[in-house]
Amino acid sequence: MRALQRVGERLEQAPRVAESNRVIAGRGRPRPALALWGLLSAPLAWLLVVYVGSLALLIVSAFFSLDDFTSKPTTELTSANIVEAFTERAYLLLVARSIGVAVAATAICFALAMPTAFYIARLASRRTRRGFIVALTLPLWTGYLVKAFALRAVLEPGSEYGEGGFMKSLVGWSPGFGNVAVILTLAYLWFPYMLLPIYAGLERMPNSLLDASADLGAGSLRTFRLVMLPLLIPSIAAGSIFTFSLSLGDYITVKIVGGTAQLIGNIIERALLAPNQPLAAAFTLWPILIMVVYLTVMGRAGAFKNL
Amino acid sequence: MHLSVSARLALRLVAYGVLAVVYLPLVLIFVLSFNSARSIAWPPVSFSTRWWSGFLDVESAREALITSSRLALVAMVIAVVLGSMLSFALARYDFYGKNTISFLAVLPIALPGIVTGVALRNTFVRFGWDLGFLSVVAGHATFCIVVAHNNIVARLRRIAPNLREASADLGATPLQTFRLVTWPLIRSAVAAGGILAFALSFDEVVVTTFTAGAGVQTLPQWILNNFARPNVLPYVTVMATLVLVVSLPIAWLAQRLGDSNPE
Amino acid sequence: MKRKIGALAVALLGAVALGACGGDDDGAAMLDELGEGEGAVNLVAWAGYVEDGSTDPNVDWVSDFEADTGCEVNVKIGNSSDEMVELMQSGEYDAVSASGDATLRLIAGGDVVPVNTDLIPNYADVFEGLKNKPWNSVDGKVYGVPHGRGANLLVYNTEAGAAPTSIVDMFSPDSPYAGKISVYDSPIYIADAAIYLMATQPELGITNPYALDQTQFDAAIAALETQKSVVGQYWALYTDQQAALEKGTVTLGTTWQVIVNLAKGNGAKIDSTLHSEGATGWSDTWMVSSKAKHPNCAYKWLNHIISPQANAGVAEWFGEAPSNSKSCALTADPNHCATFHADDEDYFSKVYYWTTPTAECLDGRDAECVPYSEWVNAWNKLRA
Repeated sequence: MRALQRVGERLEQAPRVAESNRVIAGRGRPRPALALWGLLSAPLAWLLVVYVGSLALLIVSAFFSLDDFTSKPTTELTSANIVEAFTERAYLLLVARSIGVAVAATAICFALAMPTAFYIARLASRRTRRGFIVALTLPLWTGYLVKAFALRAVLEPGSEYGEGGFMKSLVGWSPGFGNVAVILTLAYLWFPYMLLPIYAGLERMPNSLLDASADLGAGSLRTFRLVMLPLLIPSIAAGSIFTFSLSLGDYITVKIVGGTAQLIGNIIERALLAPNQPLAAAFTLWPILIMVVYLTVMGRAGAFKNL
Repeated sequence: MHLSVSARLALRLVAYGVLAVVYLPLVLIFVLSFNSARSIAWPPVSFSTRWWSGFLDVESAREALITSSRLALVAMVIAVVLGSMLSFALARYDFYGKNTISFLAVLPIALPGIVTGVALRNTFVRFGWDLGFLSVVAGHATFCIVVAHNNIVARLRRIAPNLREASADLGATPLQTFRLVTWPLIRSAVAAGGILAFALSFDEVVVTTFTAGAGVQTLPQWILNNFARPNVLPYVTVMATLVLVVSLPIAWLAQRLGDSNPE
Repeated sequence: MKRKIGALAVALLGAVALGACGGDDDGAAMLDELGEGEGAVNLVAWAGYVEDGSTDPNVDWVSDFEADTGCEVNVKIGNSSDEMVELMQSGEYDAVSASGDATLRLIAGGDVVPVNTDLIPNYADVFEGLKNKPWNSVDGKVYGVPHGRGANLLVYNTEAGAAPTSIVDMFSPDSPYAGKISVYDSPIYIADAAIYLMATQPELGITNPYALDQTQFDAAIAALETQKSVVGQYWALYTDQQAALEKGTVTLGTTWQVIVNLAKGNGAKIDSTLHSEGATGWSDTWMVSSKAKHPNCAYKWLNHIISPQANAGVAEWFGEAPSNSKSCALTADPNHCATFHADDEDYFSKVYYWTTPTAECLDGRDAECVPYSEWVNAWNKLRA
């Protein structure tokens, strides 16, 4: 109901504790500008020069051409790499497929994380709550490769000449290696990254809101849909940044369980090892552009407020 | 909220189901580390503990473990120091370009690792900088700073502002305020950020592949290079199980630290 | 907003300026005198070329080298010639076992230096047929020592049928091995498609699979596109093909003998064979980097790997013809050299060694051939 939405909105607009922590540089306290620059300089130097500088250099190098004999980039500028990376039909399909895989993995993560987080935050007892969270975040520590290879062992299809993996022995079937296996593996790998922000968002949600909603006559599904979900959008957005980005650029999982499938990360690696560094740089423009757009959209949805 | 019994049951089933699915492959690896045969095919052939007794003898595995630990330790220290500085700057001050900096601070973890790896490798090779231990440190520190920063800035924002003012009013110098008021309130977030940065660096493989020099091999690289080699494979399962078992108290600790409320 | 764009433009211009000044080659010269070992040597090698007992405890020609010279060996496996060129360009390695489609690129790029064969005593015993070849010497200067040579074979599952004799089984949409075919994941494989066309479409007039004009090249790509429907695996890591052979998900593919040996050792029911239409192959050369940090150890390694005992070991393990004539007497299998045609120049005259295609046709034709960079682009699109 509208009333519920308005309650939610008004609470959102309430002044935050954090706002009043801010000091406007140049006003109020003496020498805040100096302290500010002192604080910022070291990490800024690091982030800007090394990282952003490298990115800028990479983008620029996409316009260099490659010497045919030495396979080394020259300083002769050309748009051929950009044209190749952005107009060839095969690559456009590849990018679309990569986005699709990333979206699918993110969707699966969300579909599983939402009810799980809800159960842990709202229905589980306090002791099981901590146990659950530790149990579900512990796999983050076991290592990306171990999990990917473990899933390879699970999904191995085998043949009439050789044994299949765990799934084949258990249910007699396996999706085999390909895009489906990649989506399942990526969802498995990044699940904790979606779970944690949603759980944190649910934990932060004041009970008074939900009581008010119930008092106003809304059933639990309605409350969830009209009160909880809108308030969780920032958390979901934050979680999706990790799962989407990690899925989009992944090339190792593709190599391990992907069979003949290739995603954008594989093409970048392929071009780099050709060696054709300018072409690889041109391909990296795809995930950079996609992520800038994605981050902007998620930023509007409030992902950075509580990151 | 009032939920029907069936809804509660369904949610409980999903939660426990997810827990089971998450752990199934890991239990598989654990069981297979006791497999007498040199393969990860299921079912295991027979029970044997020979991989557990022998894995520290594999020189390459031992060296990889040491390299990864050193790397993660250095990356963690850099991340905590620089991440804290960044957090204080962003939490306390408003200035021109703040939004840009906040955005830049997210890039290292928002952009796929391959982009970071390719960009850094390109820079290092072009300027003739040696690829080796330091180049990997540089790569790891980039995203570790962000991770540490996230934890610390979140905690800073939760601290009541009048605490610092009160401390100043009572005559404390900024340094004393930091030492006696701010630090006790943020140290668990700093620790949690540091632990997370350590874990991230320890596990990272993409940026490492592109920035590591000839003599540097981290544990994930060792796993990647050796997983398909039958002679070494069983030691991979042992290593994986070991990491899992050792991580349990660390993960629990990180969770507790991240949780604690500033009083 | 304008200020932001201005700042960004300045940053990018600065990046261009920085990017333009790259590391210049020092122009490292050939070694004149062999000095003390530096304690380590970093190698880029094909899988199976540098074995230290970790793959198989009985297969080890590194440990004795390390004990004798004090040079600790670090090896990075290059999965393709392209990867090896990329690795050598980084300047991080001392020596590389380069195939013919990498050597000339490395020489032209200044990434390797001529080798002083006076400092490598075992060079004298290398088969004459391998010395001073177009891929390992330029302008009379020797750029490396021959390692060995061989042909790319076919591997097949013995339970799936009799040994295939024709390359058609690899390309035909009606192949009995459809869905279980394994293809080497590298642009150089286009040459194999060209060989297929030499047999099935002789009207195209292909005489050298590395000298393809645009028409011939397009036909080769078309054949590869058709092949996609029957391919089960594009292998880049040798271990991927080995695992698939053991599981039986691959029953036919292009391979190296070492993979067949390893998979057989794990119980796979497979064997290798050569198809009748002629094969691609390799003749590898150990080269020294122009930026080698351990040049003395590099030379010691070169001398060691072509020594009779070590060369016999690697030739048998990998499954290729050795380069040292004295190795034939030392192989465990007395017929090894005969099986692999070690001394048979006639046999190898029909093997199409991996070579870098250039715009100037390699078979001397007065036509415009497709250069390797286009091979790479076409392969990338094929795999995308």
